[in-house]
Amino acid sequence: MTLTVTNLGISRGGVPVLEGVNFVLSAGDALILRGPNGVGKTTLLRTIAGLQPPLEGSVDGAEDRVAYAAHSDGIKPTLSVTENLTFWASVFGQKGIEAALAAFDLETLADRPGGALSAGQKRRLGLARMIVTGRPIWIFDEPTVSLDTRAVGMFADAVRAHLAGGGSAIIATHIDLGLEGTVLDVTPFKARVRDIFSDEAFL
Amino acid sequence: MIALLIRDMRLAFRAGGGFGLGLAFFLIVTVMVPFSVGPQSELLTTIAPGVLWLGALLACLLSLDRLLALDWEDGSLDLLATAPLPLEAVVTVKALAHWITTGLPLVLLAPVLGVLLNLAGEGYVWLVVSLAVGTPALSVIGTFGAALTVGLKRGGLLLSLLVLPLYVPTLIFGAEVARRGATGMDTATPLLMLAGITAGVIGLLPFASAAVLRVNLR
Repeated sequence: MTLTVTNLGISRGGVPVLEGVNFVLSAGDALILRGPNGVGKTTLLRTIAGLQPPLEGSVDGAEDRVAYAAHSDGIKPTLSVTENLTFWASVFGQKGIEAALAAFDLETLADRPGGALSAGQKRRLGLARMIVTGRPIWIFDEPTVSLDTRAVGMFADAVRAHLAGGGSAIIATHIDLGLEGTVLDVTPFKARVRDIFSDEAFL
Repeated sequence: MIALLIRDMRLAFRAGGGFGLGLAFFLIVTVMVPFSVGPQSELLTTIAPGVLWLGALLACLLSLDRLLALDWEDGSLDLLATAPLPLEAVVTVKALAHWITTGLPLVLLAPVLGVLLNLAGEGYVWLVVSLAVGTPALSVIGTFGAALTVGLKRGGLLLSLLVLPLYVPTLIFGAEVARRGATGMDTATPLLMLAGITAGVIGLLPFASAAVLRVNLR
């Protein structure tokens, strides 16, 4: 049940951004990714989630076990909070959204359309979606954007409960969440400038 | 998969979902044609199958740019790509939802509008049959075009340019079935060709759509 990242090199828009990334994430562990803007945290997370192929190296143990929370929450403005969550639950073959609603204090908003939620409420709904996926590895890309202190607390509690239940999490963030976990600063893995072959080489 | 189908249909039917856009366009085109052609019922009878097919095709085209672009913009597509559903299933379901909300209503509305165009009596059955067999291909081909242009802002023009040539065979054989039916000729050959095109694109294009979508999501 471990996620192993070996000598991973990734690129964004054809330009290598990170290389030589190694880590092992076991059940019950959290990995906090840090690093300045543009260093490649999002690209790293998307690669682990399987949305883009790595330049080199490998990611093992991620397939069909990862739930990914991106910058945007994928909320449909014309569907209610319940309908949005129920949809994602059934896509992942799960039932029951009450626990997720309760974890992020969304019960009172359950019938409100997604378009009428505030930015923080949308984010809470996007994070609640992770609970209904039932996947063991949670990947968050700056989960606390537009959340207030209380909601950050809810988020930290939800992640703690997930870790206690044998899950694991990778979180890219700039703030201290109060979670125990390995901190990985990705700055040292910044890719050196190299000659990559491009189509121009043929011209 | 059923959850995705229900969600897409629900989104289409709710406010701002675009259901009715294609239907309204189809209605406008077929109502306006008799005015522009003039009061010659024989001429209208002649052109009715072709006009109805062209109207249905353009109405289908109208809603294609929303097919995947909305899910791309709000990030749902990324999340769907990491879900247990294979992308091939996602694009197939999305094409099906598009057909149910766009193609199927056109099939049902077409005979009513045929009256306005003085369609010959024998033509109604064949018009409905040809549209029912042909419009699924329009949705599937359109999904492929939408997948190709998903990351582009204002990709609608490029989408139309890519998709319209692919629509030509369906249009030719679909309108031919309706025309032959209306004039009492044998419809078997064009109908089989039309069914063959539809079966072929349903079998092949979802894989192509999923492949280009994977590239576009990177």
